Amino acid sequence: MRKIETDILVVGGGPAGSSAARYASQSGAEVILIEKRQEIGSPVRCAEGISKKLLSKVGLSPDGKCIAREVKGAKIFSPSGHMLTISEKQAGDEVGIVLDRVFFDKFLASLAVKAGAEIRLKTAATSLIQESGKTAGVTAVDIDGPLEIRARCVVGADGFESQIGRWAGIDTKLKTKDITSCFQYRLTGIDIDADYCEFTLGSAAPGGYVWVFPKDEDTANVGLGLQLSQLKDAGEIKRMLDRFIAKDDRMSKGRPLEMVAGAVSTCAPIDRTIADNVLLVGDSARQIDPITGGGIGNSCIAGKIAGEVLSLAYEEKDFSEKSLQRYEKGWRDEMEERLYRNWMAKEKLVSLSDETFDKIILAISEIGVEKLSTLSILQAVEKKYPELVEEFRDLLG
Amino acid sequence: MRNVYEQISVDQDVCMHCGACVGTCPRNAMFLHDLTVASNEECNGCGICVKVCPVGAISKNNGGDSR
Repeated sequence: MRKIETDILVVGGGPAGSSAARYASQSGAEVILIEKRQEIGSPVRCAEGISKKLLSKVGLSPDGKCIAREVKGAKIFSPSGHMLTISEKQAGDEVGIVLDRVFFDKFLASLAVKAGAEIRLKTAATSLIQESGKTAGVTAVDIDGPLEIRARCVVGADGFESQIGRWAGIDTKLKTKDITSCFQYRLTGIDIDADYCEFTLGSAAPGGYVWVFPKDEDTANVGLGLQLSQLKDAGEIKRMLDRFIAKDDRMSKGRPLEMVAGAVSTCAPIDRTIADNVLLVGDSARQIDPITGGGIGNSCIAGKIAGEVLSLAYEEKDFSEKSLQRYEKGWRDEMEERLYRNWMAKEKLVSLSDETFDKIILAISEIGVEKLSTLSILQAVEKKYPELVEEFRDLLG
Repeated sequence: MRNVYEQISVDQDVCMHCGACVGTCPRNAMFLHDLTVASNEECNGCGICVKVCPVGAISKNNGGDSR
């Protein structure tokens, strides 16, 4: 079998993998990034929304091609049609920019290449090489057939599938209530307010939401995500989205340019994302925001932290779990509390009836909030419906 | 990659290769290689992949293991 060797092997060419590869390369370590698809950034498996704040936080200023649309805020629709308009400033972490992932992912990968990383496309990891209990690389298949890629550290940036982690014995297993199954069309010829991202809560997607993220004046990513624990029949997600679109006069005349399927984790932070010579980052480390299902920003942040720790580990010639512990601490300091709080909030939100959603949306839109944080929502709702807030009390602590 | 251990069937004409079943499978028995999704001998036919598949490409085979 063909054999190649490297210091650090990154599996997966999404935002997490490219960010980790970029910062890991800066120490002079030899870094190879493998991607199973034939193209970085394609096919898109994403609704493509991110906040300007999060994007600037990771120090990225992608060129114009990466940004499809800048929006002014979000509109949230309650089950019976009450609308709450929130500005980008209030909306918090996930709204502001609708990206073009085909370009954005290539932009991130090109930064990794500039830093010294090598990219190999159409190269799928098929198993982890374990030698005397230690991970020593992966077996893979590329365009020329099977090969062995030996590495001193394997970075699992392999997305929702999270196979590197599971092969390495890291528990990334998800409960069905912490998995959201999604389907999305890119619809063109629709009649939307292209300055706002839209979210529709409640019975259209019980336990999830319908999103409309504008790509240009008459084109948007229109998708639906739902908790797996709520699903009963095969293909239910696509049928629910088709019904939603057929019933919405603005959407029903639209025609699809693209279909996207996928799943995201909406779980509480997992216990461990490292092992000896193995590190997980991004979706594979379950670093997705459990409320929105957004993961681009978190992946870039965690990817950077991972890469910086890998650089140190390379210089110290130590990729043991103990050495990689700095990454574990680093990403948790940055986002663990926020992920946990949002998971708790999600657990509550999915249990609400349509009627309660209506009351909450109405209360917030009447009273108004400066900043749409969990706390300010609770305070606004409490003024009108104190009994509703009672069950959220533990989130205030 | 074929479904040799046929607890489930993946309709390759419907499958969008999104990996939802791969990440959901509690036994890590699903694979996505070469634009083909398939299961291996670890599959115990629990059927969670049937539900998570957004487009309904996966079905359970009657009678379970049909080797």
